[in-house]
Amino acid sequence: MTGRMSSSILTAVAAAICVFLVMPTLAVAPISFTETDFITFPPRGFTLRWYEEFFTRPAWIGSLGTSAIVAVLTAILATTLGTMIALGLGQLPRRVGGAVTFFFILPMVVPTIITAAALYTPFARSGLIASIPGLVLAHTVLALPFVIINVSAILQKLDHRVVDAARSLGATPAVAFRRVTLPILAPGIAAGAVFAFITSFDEVVVSLFIAGANATTLPVQMWSGIRFEISPIVAAASCLLLIVSCVLLTIFWLIQRR
Amino acid sequence: MTEKSFTWRAGGLLLPGLLFLAALFAWPVARLVATSFSDPAGAFVHYERIFLDPVYIRVVGRTMALSAEVAVLCLLLGYPLAYQLNRSGPLGKAIILLCVLIPFWTNLLVRSYGWIVLLNPQGIINGLLREAGLIEGAVPLVYNTTGVLIGMTQIMLPYMVLPLAAVMSRIDPTLPSAARSLGASPLAAFTRVYLPLTMPGILAGLLLVFMLSLGFFVVPALLGGPRDILLAQLIDFNINSTLNWPFAAALSTVLLGATLALYWIGDRFFDLGRLWGTR
Repeated sequence: MTGRMSSSILTAVAAAICVFLVMPTLAVAPISFTETDFITFPPRGFTLRWYEEFFTRPAWIGSLGTSAIVAVLTAILATTLGTMIALGLGQLPRRVGGAVTFFFILPMVVPTIITAAALYTPFARSGLIASIPGLVLAHTVLALPFVIINVSAILQKLDHRVVDAARSLGATPAVAFRRVTLPILAPGIAAGAVFAFITSFDEVVVSLFIAGANATTLPVQMWSGIRFEISPIVAAASCLLLIVSCVLLTIFWLIQRR
Repeated sequence: MTEKSFTWRAGGLLLPGLLFLAALFAWPVARLVATSFSDPAGAFVHYERIFLDPVYIRVVGRTMALSAEVAVLCLLLGYPLAYQLNRSGPLGKAIILLCVLIPFWTNLLVRSYGWIVLLNPQGIINGLLREAGLIEGAVPLVYNTTGVLIGMTQIMLPYMVLPLAAVMSRIDPTLPSAARSLGASPLAAFTRVYLPLTMPGILAGLLLVFMLSLGFFVVPALLGGPRDILLAQLIDFNINSTLNWPFAAALSTVLLGATLALYWIGDRFFDLGRLWGTR
């Protein structure tokens, strides 16, 4: 086999794998415009009926509202807590730092079903089931590691001499932090906030356990939609989620590029 | 500034986070683990059930086998993709990275729904196979183990590609050429030079995918069949259907122990911690 031939075979294989990766994501868009009451491929006709239903049925539009509120509050709480944690971890001596970091990364490593099961009883006792504060607290637990990782990544590259220079030129620690450290960390904090938002906005498992009639998120609504009705309204909801993902991915990309 | 004031400030910054995670994560998980040992009939009755009752042995075995299959499938697909990513020009790199990252940023439910759309008996895949005259009727591709394997492999692939690509980018590209110039066949240059050099990435990827697959819930629940359930679904079933909390807690403890052990191995031997960028 010549080198050039094996090279084009490899390119073809990689292209096929790329198609495999994006295929399910792309498949939902055409379905959302079908005129049929069930999912068929190729879709028949063209209608915006499923989007109309999404925006008029209280169960769907309500869950979108709940998801948005919960995701914004989670992003605020997780970014604040996570940035403080990352700053604290950065000041610890190396050998202690590793163990403490491990503790903060745990919610990302432990399977979500365990976190969901563990939170259920304490949440039920303190009336946090089916409430927005309950969802925000639970989602913040899951989102914290992503904020810590994003902020720590920049913190590790931070040249401490810049901060020392500000201090030696007469800045108080608070001013040096606000005017030197914080602007340098800003891209990491912003990236962490985007991650925290999407973690909450997409979260299914913990929400399935602790959401309820009064506070249902969009993923929980979609879950029952997929399991029990399979109607194209789920495809319309999926497309809206895809748009949100694309917007956030673009924001993330812009942050990373700066 | 003195060493002491450093530590004080670190403590002040870490305290809110520590309290938050202790109250909303560590303590609840510890309580769940404790529940599993709380049966009056004996501390280990639920564990005996998991490891002696054939029904539950089968669930544990099935979960491990499926996770291993997903890990191997991810390696088979991820290796050529990571290789291509590493040797592509800027445009090719951008396209591959986009294809790897799109699923990463797409909601799990959207992807599962997408697979149902594609794989169901009236779906596009069965339609194409029928048109081609390869089948009559429909091949069952979803609501069974095949569906779970396809869905999980697509979801786990980025976790394989990223560590592999990281290892491949550090390999000196002149090494395989050197082997060739010394008389090795292309195959020998690959199996005896390139492949061993990528072994840390292969092992890290396999371990990561296996570990993450063990506790997976959403995809098996949506794309799997009702009969061949996995560990995470069994936990959900015992909590939400039979309300058997102690047994669910014991299953959770087994899953937790397995995950932490695998993470420890990964961190110790394959530098998994670096993947998260925390060290």
